[in-house]
Amino acid sequence: MSDNPTRPARRARVRRRLVAVAALGVAALTLAACGQASSPTAAASAPASKFTAAAQSSSAPLTVWVDSTRLPGVQAYQKAHPDVKLNIVTYNGDANGSNYLQTKVELYDRAGSGWPDVVFTENVNDITWATESGIDFAAPLNSGYVPSATLSNFATGALSPCTFDGDVYCLRNDLAQNVLWYNKKLLDQFGYTVPTTWEQYEALGEKVAKQHPGYIIGTVGDAWAPEVYFWASQCQANQVTPPSTLTLNTSSTDCTRMASLLDTLIKDKSVSTDTVFSAGFAKNTASKTLMLVGPSWYGQTLFNSVFKTPAGEIAAAPPLSWTGESSTYTGDVGGGAWIVSAHSKNLTAASALATWMATSNAYQATAGTYPAYKPAATAWLANQAKSGYFADDVAPAFTQAAGEVWTGWSATKFSQEAIWAATVVPALTEGKTITAMLGPWQTAIQDQAQTLGYTVKG
Amino acid sequence: MAAETAAARGRLTRRPRRDRGGDRARSTLRARHGYAFVGAYLVLLIAFGVLPTGYAIYLALTNSTGQLVGLGNFTAVAHDFRFAPAFEHIAVYLVIWLVALVVLVVGLALLLHGRMRRTAATLRFVYYLPGALAGVAGVLVWLFMLDPTVSPVGWLLNGLGFTSFAQVIVPAHLPVVLALMAFWTGAGGWIVIMYGALNNIPDDLIEAARIDGAGPFQIARRIQIPMLRKWIAYMVILAFATGSQLFVEPQLVGEASLGAVSNSWSPNQLAYLYAFQANNFNSAAALSVDLLVLGLVCAAIIVTRSGLFDVE
Repeated sequence: MSDNPTRPARRARVRRRLVAVAALGVAALTLAACGQASSPTAAASAPASKFTAAAQSSSAPLTVWVDSTRLPGVQAYQKAHPDVKLNIVTYNGDANGSNYLQTKVELYDRAGSGWPDVVFTENVNDITWATESGIDFAAPLNSGYVPSATLSNFATGALSPCTFDGDVYCLRNDLAQNVLWYNKKLLDQFGYTVPTTWEQYEALGEKVAKQHPGYIIGTVGDAWAPEVYFWASQCQANQVTPPSTLTLNTSSTDCTRMASLLDTLIKDKSVSTDTVFSAGFAKNTASKTLMLVGPSWYGQTLFNSVFKTPAGEIAAAPPLSWTGESSTYTGDVGGGAWIVSAHSKNLTAASALATWMATSNAYQATAGTYPAYKPAATAWLANQAKSGYFADDVAPAFTQAAGEVWTGWSATKFSQEAIWAATVVPALTEGKTITAMLGPWQTAIQDQAQTLGYTVKG
Repeated sequence: MAAETAAARGRLTRRPRRDRGGDRARSTLRARHGYAFVGAYLVLLIAFGVLPTGYAIYLALTNSTGQLVGLGNFTAVAHDFRFAPAFEHIAVYLVIWLVALVVLVVGLALLLHGRMRRTAATLRFVYYLPGALAGVAGVLVWLFMLDPTVSPVGWLLNGLGFTSFAQVIVPAHLPVVLALMAFWTGAGGWIVIMYGALNNIPDDLIEAARIDGAGPFQIARRIQIPMLRKWIAYMVILAFATGSQLFVEPQLVGEASLGAVSNSWSPNQLAYLYAFQANNFNSAAALSVDLLVLGLVCAAIIVTRSGLFDVE
């Protein structure tokens, strides 16, 4: 273990030499700094104006990426079209901000090959990324691949997250418009009426807290809470003016009125700070859920599949309005989309598949989610009525809500859901109020937006 | 093998003159075998270690058009609002994890070696088991363990005042939670290695100390731990590198909690976001090089302080 007597001296010499080399290196680098460091690509920048397709071949096989929910649909397409060569790949649908699609496509970009031909994404914000200059992953579908008659049959505003500079870069699979879900059986049993305004909703929450403690009428621990509450309240938290200006002001009354309403109900414990998809919620609170403001897919996906609420209990009411306001607005939680790759060697077949998946009654009428394509939506609603799960016909509430989605909340390159979940939800868990978190929430949105190249104005 | 050596020895006694040549041939053969083994590893090291590192350094020093930008990417990344918090998180985590690792691994190895020789083999196997689970699976086990509603030790979590998963993983608890996961999946292997190192200490040395009146505690403090110094240094270097590159644990906890953990909690996650959310591979590479430098500096300090490479 003893050191060689000459070792410390040698070590010191080596160290001196190393320091000198390092210093030289740093100096060289600083001098060599002639170019400019990579800056974030301007988000939401206009997509490349010219689209040039790769060499086309009508017999080229198609690689399709879908999530497990949409997989039976693609399999049905394969069955109906046995001559199309499909290579079906199941992936996570790019859900919950996973960035899987981005990761893979950007690696394929670097490799120069390997892109899928058709992609389903649960995250409609992906189109903003997919059309960005430099990525240019999405092909413009209105340039001869999807007939304009088909495009015009999508619900009003459904294709706006797909549209950049007048070109349509995706087909919406479904809409996720928010409605007021309620348990009709419980509501009748307790003798309450369905609220129509947010003020009535708040009053009902206070009543429930006193008369039936333990029962809840909403949750704010979900990542999509801002899209459920603040979007409906017309809060300026996510409004992009093209190409890349974000208007952000969470201290306006449109935001604070919703924050204080929720704070009152959180304090009363009639609004839960948990998320509907936690194991604890399904176990302890699902059976005590009197109402939930939430997307159209809550009906089948949440109440039927996760909560296992028996048939004939759940019903949907139209979105809540604010007293004194002439128009009613609601939000939207997701709603997937089909993207055709600009790199596809068989754009005709790829577009045909995407169109079939998004519009055909054969698939959409029986899907779990509300179709964005109007004729399919009519068939879908008829099927829902036939299924007998809901206590009342959900068609009036769904159709009304589909036309009331506020357009002041944009598709952005960053995820509002990720910001809310990481910034506000842990604070609520620790007992802070939403009103107190409006400031930190704004800062978090601003930091994130600026990093991705947005100009933020108040 | 044994038969071969015996035959060789037989030849050795019979024909001493040719044997010297045979020795030489054998030693060159042995050297050749050595090169073959090292060569196979060298190919992998170059393909998956050296070349990617070189590419990362090249990316970190250039921009997306390939222009040389010096340290531009490094300063740009350092000004990111997520940069400082990510390194703070990882610093707190490393302190907790490294201290726990050194104290508990060495402590458990000494206990196993000294007092529990009869059950040691079973216990070593038990300690090693969690490490044999793939990292991701190990994290998933912990996600269940930490959710009071489904955890087998839910009563304990409830007793500590936690009623939901969200309460368990609030930001202040994360370094401890992640250190727990890392210790559980990683410490077993090190306990086995330390046990092996303890076996290397000559018995007569311990015996002599015992005759001189040293108790187990003194033997551990004055003989075993000093002689384990190089092994501990080696463990700390590797553990520091893996710890500072933490990715899977916070990423999975984040996904399992539907985002309640920031997706830029650790520097490595931030690099991932740079590469795949912002399509900025150059800044992502700059962050990776930051981590590389951090690991190298730590290794350099430990190597020089502990005399890891000194030859007796």
